[in-house]
Amino acid sequence: MPKLVSHPDEVKIVSRRFGQGAADIDTYLKLDGYTALRTAITQGSEWIINEMKASNLRGRGGAGFPTGLKWSFVPKQSAKPKYVIVNGDESEPGTCKDHLIFLHDPHTIIEGTIIAGLAIGAKMGFIYLRGEYRYLQIIMQKAVDDAYERGFLGKNLLGSGQDFDVVVQTGAGAYEVGEESALMESLEGKRGVPRIKPPFPAVVGLYGGPTVINNAETIATVPHVIAMGGAAFAAVGSERNGGTRLFGVSGHVERPGVYELPMGYNLKKLIYEVAGGIRGGRALKAVVPGGSSTPVLLPDEIDIGLDFDQVGKAGSMLGSAGVVVLDETTCMVEFALRTIQFYQHESCGWCIPCREGTDWLKKSLVRFHAGFGEAKDIDNIRYLAENMLGRTFCPLGDAAAMPIIAFVKKFRKEFEDHLNGRPCPFAQPAELAAL
Amino acid sequence: MSPETMSVFSPKLAARLDALVTRYPVKRSALVPMLLYAQDEVGYLSDAVIQEVATRIGITELDVRGVATYYSMLRFKPVGRYNVQVCTNISCMLRGGYQLLDRFKKELGIDVKQTTPDGLFSLEEVECIGACCWAPAAQVNYAFHDDLTPDAVPALLDDYRKKAHSEGEENNA
Repeated sequence: MPKLVSHPDEVKIVSRRFGQGAADIDTYLKLDGYTALRTAITQGSEWIINEMKASNLRGRGGAGFPTGLKWSFVPKQSAKPKYVIVNGDESEPGTCKDHLIFLHDPHTIIEGTIIAGLAIGAKMGFIYLRGEYRYLQIIMQKAVDDAYERGFLGKNLLGSGQDFDVVVQTGAGAYEVGEESALMESLEGKRGVPRIKPPFPAVVGLYGGPTVINNAETIATVPHVIAMGGAAFAAVGSERNGGTRLFGVSGHVERPGVYELPMGYNLKKLIYEVAGGIRGGRALKAVVPGGSSTPVLLPDEIDIGLDFDQVGKAGSMLGSAGVVVLDETTCMVEFALRTIQFYQHESCGWCIPCREGTDWLKKSLVRFHAGFGEAKDIDNIRYLAENMLGRTFCPLGDAAAMPIIAFVKKFRKEFEDHLNGRPCPFAQPAELAAL
Repeated sequence: MSPETMSVFSPKLAARLDALVTRYPVKRSALVPMLLYAQDEVGYLSDAVIQEVATRIGITELDVRGVATYYSMLRFKPVGRYNVQVCTNISCMLRGGYQLLDRFKKELGIDVKQTTPDGLFSLEEVECIGACCWAPAAQVNYAFHDDLTPDAVPALLDDYRKKAHSEGEENNA
């Protein structure tokens, strides 16, 4: 069972039921479960969407798109059925927050899904979990079965005259499926390759019907927004960034873990106070602020508030809020290599700049890290990555390119040191053979 | 061949798959979960499994293969009874994921993508498994093992050996 952590600065909204056995429906009900659903049924679609807009809740998957606005794009009338999809494909390296939501509070996902359905006029929702999360899928399925039994799902839920069904779906190993259109392909029983946009899912989504697809954390936040009221939720966070966020701190810190803090919380404070500082009292070298696809920040760049806008202004992205902390012992070339190795493995091959780009970057970095690089490789790596940007259907190409560009830009000297008779202490000539 | 009479799956799994296809507006949506559940029972996607899944969904075997080859958890060859999957992605790497993988190699006497001669263990190096804050982590089949150290490896493997042994005795009883 993953360790739960705690810190006095935390504001527990989404995580307030963690560790309290709320996967059990009776416990969930005792802890005010399904009360937001009753409110939502009474108030109706327009009110829900207005509260969501007022909450300034922005998509927790990484893009940070305002949730209420996304929901409002769904046409009221539609010839085809509408759908809600919960994206629990959580696969961005550095990110494990949804893991805890599924484990500790699965009913909140169901409640949020139904509320989203009421808002857009959908009668069916899908909760998609990555295949590796089988034990969480079992917990989620049990919660769904219990919700049916108690009348929170199914025909005429809570006597509202509305029907809503939920299906728990498993993936089978694919980072790419975390991209919304690829997830819909997978849910339709196909290879998870992305669709071209527009049309956007709100108009043409699953089975061609209008679809709202939200990250699991976003959906888990919805009942709390409805319960607190949009304005109260917005007041917890920073400007245009409502509420709290589950920050997953990993890497070289004393107390790694998932901490729920208000949007806009200071990154430096998160690392040095909340997560207990750098392991063994070492010096900080770099921070990846929002999952492996977000550009790296230097120690003098981390005195910033953690919200979508402030991290953006600092030249990176809040992304999935997976904060990966690197101390002075880390070889940045090796770290860049491990990052691109992941994207090369996960590129679905649909778009050539991504398929070829990630492969060439990996090969270049393997050679470079093993001590067989040339001076011109450094600029070539950057040039290759820059030419992937914006040239693919889905953001995986960008996700692979952006961190590499930042590594070369900010740690050029470490790349040069690998050339100047100081091959990396981690270098293994065997890596070359594996090319 | 009708799946009911000639199924390669146990009656329990066959019943589960019968129910699975009814859940979706479109039958084909059951394909990915069906492949995974079939693999859980049979061990891998054999030709017979592909054939039956194709029949159940009502698409060609080629179509099933086209989808199955996309997903990294789906495999076309058998693995050991316990498939050890060690994450070496960034968060795990920073906390000793590679040292952990090396220890598994040493204790099992195999490299990645290999199986021990007794058929008990296979070893895989995998990408992020969503346990970054409890790194380094590994999965044995679907079970997560968090906050591992190389020194914890022998005891972990022993637990699985014991488990296999006691399950074997149950089967013989």
